[in-house]
Amino acid sequence: MSPRSLFDGASPPLSRDDAQALTKRALSFSKAEQARVVISNSAQGNTRFAVNQVSTSGDATDTVITVQSVFGKRAASASTNKRDDASLKQTVEISERLAKLSPENQELMPELGPQKYLDVDGWAASSAALDPAGRVSAVRRVTDPSAQAGLVATGFIEADADVTAIATSAGLFAYGRLTGTSMTTTVRTADGQGSGWAGAAHSDWSKIDASALGQHAIDKAIRSREPVAIEPGRYTVVLEPTAVGNLIQLLGFAMNARNADEGRSFFTKPGGGNKIGLKVMDERVTLASDPADPDTKAYAFTPEGMAVKPTTWIKDGVVQTLSYDRYWAQKQGKEPTPFIRALRMSGGSGGVDELVASTDRGILVTRFWYIRPVDQRTILYTGLTRDGTFLIENGKVTKAVKNFRFNESPIFLLNNLEAMGEPVRVSASEDGGPGLAIVVPPIKAHDFNFTSLSDAI
Amino acid sequence: MDSSRRDFLITSGAAAAALGLTSVARPAAAAERWLAGVTPGDPTIRELAFYGIEAAKSAGAQYADVRVAENRSQRIFTREDRVQALNDSETFGIGVRVLANGAWGFAAGSELTKDSVARLAKQAVAQAGANKSAMIRPVVLAPVTPTKNGTWDTPIEIDPFSVAIEEKVQLLLDANAAALKVNGARFVQSAMFFLRERKTLATSDGTFVVQTIYRAQPTMNITAISADRTDFQTRQSNDIAPRGLGYEHVRDAKLVENATKWATEAVQKLSAKPVEVGKYDLVLHPTHLWLTIHESIAHPTELDRAMGFEANYAGTSFVSPPEKMLGQFRYGPEFMNIQGDRMQKGSLSAIGWDDEGVQPDTFLVIKNGIVNDYQTTREQALWLDWWYKKTGRETRSHGCSYSQSWSDVQFQRMPNISLLPGEKDLGWDDLIAATDNGIAIVGDGSFSIDQQRFNAQFGGQLFYEIKGGKIAGMLKDVAYQMRTPDFWNSMDMIGGPKSYFMGGAFNDGKGQPSQSNAVSHGCVPSRFRQINVINTGRKGNA
Repeated sequence: MSPRSLFDGASPPLSRDDAQALTKRALSFSKAEQARVVISNSAQGNTRFAVNQVSTSGDATDTVITVQSVFGKRAASASTNKRDDASLKQTVEISERLAKLSPENQELMPELGPQKYLDVDGWAASSAALDPAGRVSAVRRVTDPSAQAGLVATGFIEADADVTAIATSAGLFAYGRLTGTSMTTTVRTADGQGSGWAGAAHSDWSKIDASALGQHAIDKAIRSREPVAIEPGRYTVVLEPTAVGNLIQLLGFAMNARNADEGRSFFTKPGGGNKIGLKVMDERVTLASDPADPDTKAYAFTPEGMAVKPTTWIKDGVVQTLSYDRYWAQKQGKEPTPFIRALRMSGGSGGVDELVASTDRGILVTRFWYIRPVDQRTILYTGLTRDGTFLIENGKVTKAVKNFRFNESPIFLLNNLEAMGEPVRVSASEDGGPGLAIVVPPIKAHDFNFTSLSDAI
Repeated sequence: MDSSRRDFLITSGAAAAALGLTSVARPAAAAERWLAGVTPGDPTIRELAFYGIEAAKSAGAQYADVRVAENRSQRIFTREDRVQALNDSETFGIGVRVLANGAWGFAAGSELTKDSVARLAKQAVAQAGANKSAMIRPVVLAPVTPTKNGTWDTPIEIDPFSVAIEEKVQLLLDANAAALKVNGARFVQSAMFFLRERKTLATSDGTFVVQTIYRAQPTMNITAISADRTDFQTRQSNDIAPRGLGYEHVRDAKLVENATKWATEAVQKLSAKPVEVGKYDLVLHPTHLWLTIHESIAHPTELDRAMGFEANYAGTSFVSPPEKMLGQFRYGPEFMNIQGDRMQKGSLSAIGWDDEGVQPDTFLVIKNGIVNDYQTTREQALWLDWWYKKTGRETRSHGCSYSQSWSDVQFQRMPNISLLPGEKDLGWDDLIAATDNGIAIVGDGSFSIDQQRFNAQFGGQLFYEIKGGKIAGMLKDVAYQMRTPDFWNSMDMIGGPKSYFMGGAFNDGKGQPSQSNAVSHGCVPSRFRQINVINTGRKGNA
């Protein structure tokens, strides 16, 4: 068994055999025509730091058992986090009682039988072993140099270690393990006139270099001091990989086949149908998901127990498929295609520096913040730049500029693409947690729509 | 555990089952162990909680609190003529927080035994020990008067978990059918969410309080699609706010009647006139304004943000540093008063004691337009000791400590933050009648604000052109952009007490890992002069 500091003293993570035994026990209480049991056994540790010291931290473990019961076309579910027989039995009974009272759902699909899954082990020992002392050690690799430089560091480390098991009355059994870690830091100048961010996320904590993140954020904080205001408008932008991830992940949420077919999506084809087979962005762009990709490991099954396979969403700018649930896939004569919490975008070579060097005048963006939908018809979102926004002139970063609000769509962005660098794994979640696993390049694009200035630093 | 308690539990469970109700019955075998302890005030919980406190003290903690929580929630999701999902969940667990040598530690688990609680206490103290190696300033807590034995329940009329599931499902399906009868309304989704949280808190100061908190929210979202499939518009039911109420809130929402109105409005939006960009006087309905208050007043007056503690996620605040803001910074006009409270009936933040045993008070964050106070916890209140001494107030926490569950550590979360009504008895129609060239906005929509809460952009549900004091027609693709202090200082008219409405959100995110807080914001219709309006519509077939 791997080191299990996240499970310190509590029950260790559920083994395959123990998980299977627990699902069998829960299913043995079922009187429904069909049933499914989902077990989520998790441990999480986190440490926050602010003003150069640890502020709060926490370690927690839990096991949630969800039972779905089905009678004909009637279904309902119930969950508990108690594992004893009486509680399991009671949870099964609640789901059965609710199912019987529920009206028929003509779209309900039968529970799945045995499935074949990709062999993915997303468990990294370094992540499961990240205890409070290990987290504090990483914190100090940021706070110590920040304090020495007269700067103020704030940030967050999270480590998750999860086991998921699924079993159905039709004989399906799925078992998977997945760790996830992230570290993000915002370093500010003592006078509040500069702010720099750096972050990383990976299933394997040993891939995250706390000292390098600290140095990166410190450098940004110093360089971003006393930003000047320049007029909002349409600019050529160089987006660092994190900023690209912030926007590209929004596409994943929008690629739902049913919404497109129903006429309420960007992927709706005017006149009828959807945009599968149509070119919607620059031909250099390919977007794909693979749960076995070492940099974007994800579960090889969905909560229903459906197998998750490598999927190409966009190839050379052309829509290859959208996400189909089992019902809509059957109705449309398509393969069920689940949304996957892993995304990889195509790219080129080189990094941010090369993109900057090729730019006469433009804006360099570290990351975006508070990104919210404005118009689903165009996947238009609004949000702001944050923690390191700079002017590029004649191939060089010349000065820090005030933050901008944008109103822009990842679709427009990827149509206005000029160049891409080498893709890297980023931490693109808003809250700094492990989030969706995403690998994206830095990109350069023209006519990015900045609509107003912000005084925020 | 005495036998009468056990009998009661079995009987009530069986009765509930016979009636087809969804109340969780407590089986006898479990009752003999720990599960029976979910009843408020049960001596077993008390014993376990103080056992945890003693274990923490023995391990070296100077302060400790133990929270035991049982959450029961129910969710029903429908679309058109069918139920998509029906789920009943419970979660039960314990969190131990300690302060040892000036550093915090927290550990939580779902195994509710003495051994487990003692282990969590030791784990939390060991964690605090690790954290101490990165400590510069030790944490000190403001004093609190302990409550030895307190109980508080959300005042509800109908326990949502006692209402038959058939009634709930039928109500949603009837509302869906009413919406779909409107020509042009193509899709409808509706849902109900209910929560009952039984929360017990014990602290090493001697506090022991048991609270039962309820929340309820019905929602609908109706989509209208143009005949040529080049446009679609939605109407969300967000004039029915989530509330700290029981099932009576769902019945009062009149979903079936309102569904027709909302669907009609969704269809009207398809043919609404696209807004011309420019500066307009905005008349904002309370169903919209609550969110603007939430983002541009409630968040920036959280003291942890102002002091830099949330810089890595939610951000800092332009209302900083406190010594240059308190008593000095003009947020808005003289008639602007913003109140913090956890008292208002039906509000989402209402509670008897916060998650560190403080009885909340009611306080003015903005008084006569000037910054007057911040939202605080025990750790934070002492940071403003100088201000409270200067103004002759007690240095005490305002009772803003909150955790979303037993498995998360508590920290500062906003109480209800509300715009108090004006003295004149004005209403929505009076503000429109007084406006020559403007836009009226109903319901909250898209929202986004920067990390110091200066620059914000808000959409809405419905937009109306105002010409010469009258509604001249519907607009679409409207959003306004603002700079917070300029925006609030442009406010020149507000409604009176009769126009007061409480909006709110179930899921306000803050902290890392992000925690959801449920909060209400009361307000009145208000007018803002010459605000920048943009058009958000763009051609989609790029």
